[in-house]
Amino acid sequence: MSDVVEKTLTALPSLLSLDSQPGSAKLSSSSKLGNLIRGITELTSKHEEEKLIQRELLLIKEQVSSPNTTMRQMKELMVRAIYCEMLGYGVSFSYIHAIKLAQQGNVLEKRVGYLAVSLFLNEGHELLLLLVNTVLKDLQSTNLIEVCMALTVVSQMFPKDMIPAILPLVEEKLNHPKEIIRRKAVLALYKFYLIAPNQVQHIHNKFRKALCDKDPGVMSASLHIYLQLIQENPEGYKDLAPSFVTILKQVVAGKLPMDFNYHSVPAPWLQIHLLRILSLLGKSDQSTSEIMYEILDESLRRAEMNHNITYAILYECVKCVYTIHPKSDLLEKAAKCIGNFVLSPKINLKYLGLKALTYVVQQDPKLALQHQMTIIECLDHPDLIIKRETLELLFRITNEQNVTVIVEKMLDFLQINKDDHTTIDLVGKVAELAEKYAPDNEWFIETMNTVFSVGGDLLQPDIPNSFLKLLSEGFDSVEEDKKLRLFAVNSYVSLLEGGPSKLPQRFLQVICWVLGEFSHLREDLEPDVVLRMLAKLLDMKSSSSETKCWVLMAMTKLCSGGAALALVQDVSETYSSSLDTMLRQRAQELQILSQDSKLQAKVLPRSASMEPVEVDSSLSFLDGFVSEALAAGAAPYKPPHQRQEELSRSKALNMEPYGLSLPIGMSSCSVTDRQSPTLLSISSGLSGDSADFSHKGSSAALKLDGVKRLWGRDGYLAKKEAAEEAPQVEAASPVRSPSQRGDTDGSVSQTPTPECDQEKQQLASSLFVGLATQSSVCLMGKSEPTSQRFRRKPKASGGSEPMSNPLASPSDGADNVLPQNLLDSSDLDVSSPEQTHGLPQDPDTPNGSCTAEEESADPMAEPSAHEDLDRSRDSCLSSHLPAELSALSHSEITSLCSNQSLDVSACHVQREDSVVLVVFVSNRSDFCLQQMRLQVQSEELEVSCASDCPSEELKSHSVAVCQYLLTVQRPSVHFDLSATVSWQLPAGSPQTAPFSYKLPLTGFIRALRLSTEEYGAMWLAYSHDTKLNLTLMDDDQDPLAATLHVLKRKLQLHVVEIIGVEAIVACCLQQDQPCLMHCRVHAGMLAVWLRSPVPDLPDCLLYHCQRALQEP
Amino acid sequence: MIKAILIFNNHGKPRLSKFYEHYNEDTEQQIIRETFHLVSKRDENVCNFLEGGLLIGGSDYKLIYRHYATLYFVFCVDSSESELGILDLIQVFVETLDKCFENVCELDLIFHVDKVHHILAEMVMGGMVLETNMNEIIMQVDAQNKMEKSEAGIAGAPARAVSAVKNMNLPEMPKNINIGDISIKVPNLPSFK
Repeated sequence: MSDVVEKTLTALPSLLSLDSQPGSAKLSSSSKLGNLIRGITELTSKHEEEKLIQRELLLIKEQVSSPNTTMRQMKELMVRAIYCEMLGYGVSFSYIHAIKLAQQGNVLEKRVGYLAVSLFLNEGHELLLLLVNTVLKDLQSTNLIEVCMALTVVSQMFPKDMIPAILPLVEEKLNHPKEIIRRKAVLALYKFYLIAPNQVQHIHNKFRKALCDKDPGVMSASLHIYLQLIQENPEGYKDLAPSFVTILKQVVAGKLPMDFNYHSVPAPWLQIHLLRILSLLGKSDQSTSEIMYEILDESLRRAEMNHNITYAILYECVKCVYTIHPKSDLLEKAAKCIGNFVLSPKINLKYLGLKALTYVVQQDPKLALQHQMTIIECLDHPDLIIKRETLELLFRITNEQNVTVIVEKMLDFLQINKDDHTTIDLVGKVAELAEKYAPDNEWFIETMNTVFSVGGDLLQPDIPNSFLKLLSEGFDSVEEDKKLRLFAVNSYVSLLEGGPSKLPQRFLQVICWVLGEFSHLREDLEPDVVLRMLAKLLDMKSSSSETKCWVLMAMTKLCSGGAALALVQDVSETYSSSLDTMLRQRAQELQILSQDSKLQAKVLPRSASMEPVEVDSSLSFLDGFVSEALAAGAAPYKPPHQRQEELSRSKALNMEPYGLSLPIGMSSCSVTDRQSPTLLSISSGLSGDSADFSHKGSSAALKLDGVKRLWGRDGYLAKKEAAEEAPQVEAASPVRSPSQRGDTDGSVSQTPTPECDQEKQQLASSLFVGLATQSSVCLMGKSEPTSQRFRRKPKASGGSEPMSNPLASPSDGADNVLPQNLLDSSDLDVSSPEQTHGLPQDPDTPNGSCTAEEESADPMAEPSAHEDLDRSRDSCLSSHLPAELSALSHSEITSLCSNQSLDVSACHVQREDSVVLVVFVSNRSDFCLQQMRLQVQSEELEVSCASDCPSEELKSHSVAVCQYLLTVQRPSVHFDLSATVSWQLPAGSPQTAPFSYKLPLTGFIRALRLSTEEYGAMWLAYSHDTKLNLTLMDDDQDPLAATLHVLKRKLQLHVVEIIGVEAIVACCLQQDQPCLMHCRVHAGMLAVWLRSPVPDLPDCLLYHCQRALQEP
Repeated sequence: MIKAILIFNNHGKPRLSKFYEHYNEDTEQQIIRETFHLVSKRDENVCNFLEGGLLIGGSDYKLIYRHYATLYFVFCVDSSESELGILDLIQVFVETLDKCFENVCELDLIFHVDKVHHILAEMVMGGMVLETNMNEIIMQVDAQNKMEKSEAGIAGAPARAVSAVKNMNLPEMPKNINIGDISIKVPNLPSFK
């Protein structure tokens, strides 16, 4: 020790004169970074700074590229470059030097080199490949610090393709004696899992080892991985639940070393992580939930100290309690906790309390009632974030009765909010509420007007679209529709008469469409007047050309003769020379149609907007034109992606000799090429991706819900208690200083306190009306994806409600408790019969609600009449199956394409050695179809014609059957077949229709019967393999056998032999392409190892195995 | 996951920026500017959580920040992180900086950007929280610094002395520092514009 003191003393003098020591913060006269920074701080303008830094960068550039610069100097230069980069100046010249520094420097310089690399580059950067070798070397280093640095940089960014190169080394580090290395290795592997999940599949059991590591730090690092894995597949990790519970128990009981305490709370971040994992595991799983009740109770009890971090744990506990299978006394405690949060004077806790309430309120609306006064206060909070969160909460409890008050609050907020993101989100919510719960037409239209004008051009495009759709399709009653439309027209006319210049473009477009479509409903309104109004919009400077298009379209609908013809002519002339092609097109249409009123009536029939428009997506009416052009020597059409491909190809050198390229079969090629884009879009629609996506989009903000309502406990808080709650708050409120309360709502904050409270209570009663008695099923309905059907039904009943029960005006904010109850019950009485006798009314309307619903669920589908035929069609078509196939099992016959003249359906039949696609073409018209042809093709399959259609003619109401033999060329999870059918009516041009068919790989899989010896020989011969852990079936006696049985049944695999916990299974893809599977039960999972001579086959088959085991 | 860690001063000058998700350079600068814009408008008595704007990833992302004297510490995280947990992580980070730099001030962050990054790397790795225990973080950083000193040779002698002094003091250091006491002092310094 004395030695150290001595050294210190001798060093002290020099220490005082030295800079760059921690904490000293003195500027060194010699330090170049110091000079730079001092230079920058002395500057006054951004421009000067830019000049200075540019000069500095030049200097750095010169020095880094000089061969005489030592690594030590390089290190200093890199720090300066990092500084410049942080200020936003490009330093790309130094990237390569950063990598060099990481490669060649000593540990210290290396560290800066790695740091610079991780700050400068990203995963996709090509220079990163140069780093791979360095990382490899450092991972093998004996110096711990070098290993640490390598692991850190790897977890920050590593090229995905190079992961296999370093994976074994990182894996090895899991067994390193130093816990810090193990911990970093675990996180690096987690990062690998995130970017390339299938590459680390085989080390899942090593993660388990990490979870059981003796060092708590390593264990807590592995929780990152488990949180992710369990989020993706909670079913697969149920067996770990007891372990997590045990770990949490030990942590909570303080079994960890004191080092892990933070403010005397044992390892709080670890607890948070564990609670999250538990809530994922316990979600809708009673038995798993039961094992965690005890520890949750313990956690809730222990976390009593008043420190931030204990609240963090409490919050997670509460969320967990409400997510897992419910237990009443825990729920009560959690509810109390939420109360503490919400009532807390600490604003962060209030925020979390509101979030928790939002999360919980769908399961337990009573809890919101309990805190209604606090919620009202939060609505007036000066912090916008708190307000925003409160509105989110209100959004969840909206119903028919409080919708007006809540929407009003939201619109108030929108007026003061300046953040675009919040505006977009909130405007969407207002629109959703308005569509779902609007009490009457006026309110609906006015609210939507505000939505359009506030949302402006930020609005998500689907809001105006669905609004227009709603207007045009209408509801159950014609009368109501007319009223709604008329009101919209009136309101828009008055808006245009006011000052249209301030309205956003989207809103103007909506106005134009509505006026064009429905202004005739108002009898006292001459079309000329409307036309003049619209013409004014064209003259406005602010109108975009898109809006002008809408204006011109509206004018086209209105211009049937009359006095304004001159105006119309004038307008169309002005714009027919516009540079914008769309605008010119519209102007042309307007010009022609305004002169020919007969044609106009035919093209744009009045009030026909609800009729589905038949779209010939193949553009077959242009076929004549195309063939003429081709005959005249035009080049055949190529879809954009193909053009792109050819373009990029043409840039590279062509190594192949030029050959014959063009004229052969030009016309046929052009036909298929032209159609591929539509085919693409159709097949993507069929796969259902788009629907999924929209669901995701809509639920993005509702991240927390989607939790099933799990219990049916009676409300433990009746109205009485709510009333008791209110006076307490009243007593407390005078203490609060007026400045603390928000004053956005001027009237509220200016009134004296007692009145203010009264007002608040009124507000409360109008906000929370209907919550107590409302059936929660209705509330839950909100969490489901809002399809059109959901939106319209409540609206329809809401729309007619004021007529049948004028007393039940929901906007009456002063309702006290008694009439409110009456109101509720009467409301229930009214609404239920209405729902039922809604049906008999249907025949009156052209679109009965029944069909309307089906259509709205899938607006692109064919008219509903077809759907009814579907079932009968299946049986009737299967009778057309050829005799040799009819005995075999065939897939369900699906309709692929149908139009006025024909229906195309198809199914596939599995034969012993092949798969046959059977296509049924049935003629629905009264004519004989001529030159009927089918073309089927696929990228992954070879399609050969087994028996073509018997003839090219198809008599009316008859069915032609074609068969195609399918052979796999390249394995894929699903095979997409694209096809076209072309035909000609006796009097008419040729027509074509595209369709597509999808069949899974499983259709091609056959059992492969082998002996164990043969299997062994083949196993060694194959190179392509894949490994994965699959879930085992629940079976108490023999899960392996049960699982294999499922695979055998669903995928036709052949079980060669079962040896203890292992099994070998074989199958083949059409006779000659075998795939072998080796299964082993391990740690509750089925570890599967597949091998095959065919590259993609194991992966694809594995996918189907997973599917087969997941599906019930 | 943590998506980004930003430190800037009251005038919006970046003092440290670390992104764990890739954005191009212009976007990064824009994010810093926009975040400063959002955060600097907020009073002292409002909550420390903000929703990320459109740039940063919408409502799934949160900005969690703390304001110390002249500096804002902002963590941008996704929904998988606990808000209050991150808030205390910022506290741990600042306390650690305070220990490493002995009364940390804005200038320390400017002149020792690399050191701050190294400290941060021991806390957060690739966007995941690696270590929350202050002593452990300091130990790791010190271990690296020791290496630095032994390699720095003669020039590093004074630095060795300092670390020796530090090590001597270590046992007397209080285990739990009262968080309320931490404040970043600003020495006389021309104001940043």
